[in-house]
Amino acid sequence: MQQDGPAVSPSSASPSASPSPSAASFAGLPGFPSECLLRGLLNVALSKGGDYADLYFERCESASYVYEDERVKTVGRGVSLGLGVRVFVKEAQGYAYCEGLDEAAMKRAARTAADIAAAQAKPGPIRITARATPSFYPVERPSLFSPPADKLELLRRGDRAARAADSRIVKVVCSFTEEQREILIVTADGERFSDWQPLFRYGIHVVAEQGPKRQSGSSGGGGRFDFDFFSHKTPENYAKEAVHVAVSMLDAVDAPAGQFPVVLAAGDSGILLHEAVGHGLEADFNRKQTSNYSGRIGQMVASPLCTVVDDGTTSHSRGSINVDDEGAVGQRNVLIEQGRLRAYMQDKMSAKIMGTHESGNGRRQSFRHEPLPRMTNTYLLAGQDQPDDIIRSVSKGVFARRFSGGQVNISNGDFVFSLTESYLIEDGKLTAPLKGVNLIGNGPNVLNQVTMVGHDFECSDGIWTCGKDGQSVPVGIGTPTVKIAAITVGGTKA
Amino acid sequence: MAHVETFSNQKQAELRGLAEKVAELAVDDGADAAEVMVGAGQSLSVKIRRGEKELLHESESHGLGLRVFVNRRSAVCHTSDLSEDALRRFVHETVELSLLSEPDEWNTLPDRSDMVKPGQALPDLSLWDDATAALQAPDLFDWTRRCEAAALSFSPKISNTDGSSADRNSSLGALALADRAGLAFSGASSGTYCSFAVEVLCDDLEGKKRNASHWSARRAVSGLASPEEVGREAARRAIGKLGSQKLPTADLPVVFDPDASRALLRTFAQVISGGAIYRKSSYLVGRIGTQVASPLVTIVDDPLLPHAPGSRVFDGEGLPARRNVVVENGILKDYLFDTYSARKLGRTSNGCAGRSVGGSPHVTTSNFVLQQGNLPPEALLHGIERGLYVTDMMGFGFNPVTGDFSRGAAGFLIEHGKLTHPVSEVTVSAHFDELLKRIDAVGNDLDDRSATMTPSLRVSRMTVAGH
Repeated sequence: MQQDGPAVSPSSASPSASPSPSAASFAGLPGFPSECLLRGLLNVALSKGGDYADLYFERCESASYVYEDERVKTVGRGVSLGLGVRVFVKEAQGYAYCEGLDEAAMKRAARTAADIAAAQAKPGPIRITARATPSFYPVERPSLFSPPADKLELLRRGDRAARAADSRIVKVVCSFTEEQREILIVTADGERFSDWQPLFRYGIHVVAEQGPKRQSGSSGGGGRFDFDFFSHKTPENYAKEAVHVAVSMLDAVDAPAGQFPVVLAAGDSGILLHEAVGHGLEADFNRKQTSNYSGRIGQMVASPLCTVVDDGTTSHSRGSINVDDEGAVGQRNVLIEQGRLRAYMQDKMSAKIMGTHESGNGRRQSFRHEPLPRMTNTYLLAGQDQPDDIIRSVSKGVFARRFSGGQVNISNGDFVFSLTESYLIEDGKLTAPLKGVNLIGNGPNVLNQVTMVGHDFECSDGIWTCGKDGQSVPVGIGTPTVKIAAITVGGTKA
Repeated sequence: MAHVETFSNQKQAELRGLAEKVAELAVDDGADAAEVMVGAGQSLSVKIRRGEKELLHESESHGLGLRVFVNRRSAVCHTSDLSEDALRRFVHETVELSLLSEPDEWNTLPDRSDMVKPGQALPDLSLWDDATAALQAPDLFDWTRRCEAAALSFSPKISNTDGSSADRNSSLGALALADRAGLAFSGASSGTYCSFAVEVLCDDLEGKKRNASHWSARRAVSGLASPEEVGREAARRAIGKLGSQKLPTADLPVVFDPDASRALLRTFAQVISGGAIYRKSSYLVGRIGTQVASPLVTIVDDPLLPHAPGSRVFDGEGLPARRNVVVENGILKDYLFDTYSARKLGRTSNGCAGRSVGGSPHVTTSNFVLQQGNLPPEALLHGIERGLYVTDMMGFGFNPVTGDFSRGAAGFLIEHGKLTHPVSEVTVSAHFDELLKRIDAVGNDLDDRSATMTPSLRVSRMTVAGH
């Protein structure tokens, strides 16, 4: 998993006519798609005998603004529009897509996807019924339809605040990226689901210089919010945080090397959980028995202090979904309850093979990709400890506050995550800032080493993007302050 | 296969015509200059597991990216709707959008005199292969079945498989640049690529699983490795990891195999781009002409290698592609520039702009090569009493601004010049400047499967953190 870069590739063109989706139409096209067209496409998809098929229409409009060297450096817009068609036959899937909504091209995609099967045609649905979905991120003033000048002002304010905060700041890059995704899922079971997913992210990156020393810091936030988000989360605050990181790290000392207790700050540290257990609980790895959590439902896999949930229903969070990309509504799933493994995160194919229910985790990057079991917002729930007591309990260790990313090997459970802001703990107090360092651990081992959990649960600000099999999706993370009794710190001071 | 070739040639001409037309449309609409990239691709990918089909994914895609300049302001937009009316609207909206940006004296197209000239002969790098473009799903399924079967039957220790996948891609692109004086550059390119991979697992103690993968990739199908050999290699690697343990924390000599070395060279690529330099986001700011690596190290960016995965004949801004020496015998010779970063730094571009349909041009490496030495890889272990041999790297632990480097690693313990026990869950750390200067041996085993090409490397000392 990684943070979005400061300059996400810009995207482009015609703003859509209406800021609200209508049950009867898609992409602002009146009467599109007709029930007749949908049934026709599903019939083509099942024409070679597939067991199941679905259609995924998507229109995604995006924009980006980059402010650098005290000017709006570039602006961009993009629109992508297309249809992905999927056909199941036993454990295999055929997938094809077309760019645009040309009827002949859509039929061609359906025919191509159908080719995974080789039997007698099966009939498609006779009727298609629209299904209601929950509404976890209603917005009145969507970012993408707010005036661009307002976004440029946010960038200018961040830049000004960062420069004013400290004379050692020599470089500031602010960025704003946003998208508005409209999806329509139609299944061979005769159901249709639609959703409309707003998303934005504000980011600021600064470089501080002092003599020969140079350091960088970044901050940002966002989610599926209304544009008035910025009346309480101000660019000035993000600027202050980024400057604080860069300036404090100017005095960073070499990090220790070896096993130490590590205290994870509330919020962003959720990345540890995402890597250490999250991926390993995705059902595709478990139905194939390639995860080190395979076959362990009901067993203790973590310290009893750990309760882990994946929650697609958090209000306005970056990882929330009203409906997943296969037509299962977003839900809250308890994965680990007081240390005991309760459930995996399922997509349709895995649930079918494992004989269980979908869990609202079937997600895809776009109409060009087949769904996979993916996390939404993954949290470690609050415990009882006072955060100060947790730090006081460590005589020599590391306090980790900010991260640039992490990675896991699903099969053996080894994971790393990279610290960008961390401090030495000596005799229960935070002392010197530490140079960038990696932590490496093994998922189940590390979760068994969780010995204190704070009462101060926090969600991370919405900046994280998770990658799997070449597909990126926005996710949320969150934790309280947590103590890990021992984990390997990859510093240079052996 | 005649139809494939026709597809490529006709389609290239068509895309090039479209790029030229849209660039000229943008200038007619009020842009001082415009740059258009059109891309089209066909791809096929398959996956099998335990011999059964798991996925067949087939697609045709296309898109158009436009960058316009109006009074040194710019906007970059993209669309997949290539119908005439839609493109007209798209061009107009892009020109209007540029007014939101602010004038930047460095923000223009490259000078015409630097671009590839009309009629200038460009080298033929053999990046397209008809037989590869013509590959069908049964061909790919055949490789994956053979590859996985060879891995599974290699040893009873191989207990599970994550499956085998294969891909075939054909891509076509066209780039056109125009300004008030008319069309300045237009060119087209095409390429094919195919690959397959397999991942298998063994059961280890304490319920741990050990996994390893192996792969082959080429522009032309005739150059691919045998699926059986790739499968057996994946199995050998997985079995080699059985019983992996942490090491005690220590400073040790570290040997990186070509896969692990690739991760080091990708790290270096981040800090030699003009963009990183003008943003002061590189520890190599101000270091041209100084020693940045051991004298054994020479690094070049070479887009002109025939058949190679990262080759190109012109860059994303219409400049002729050229070979650039970045590090020669340890001395930093130059950074890699696109037009904007070069101008910001008072230089001229050395032709390293990459351009995709979805984004602005920015510095990208082509074939980025750490040149091989003359030692066979085994010789790198000679004389090491105790050290670490790294085959896998994990994570993102690099701060480009300071050069602090710390990554997860796995591989083998080296004792008395031989690989002994498998090692996992350790980190290797050093300041990147020190790491490169401490390279004291370079293998003769350059791995050219991907666009970042590296041999085995030995670093005299790094901090290995374990228990």
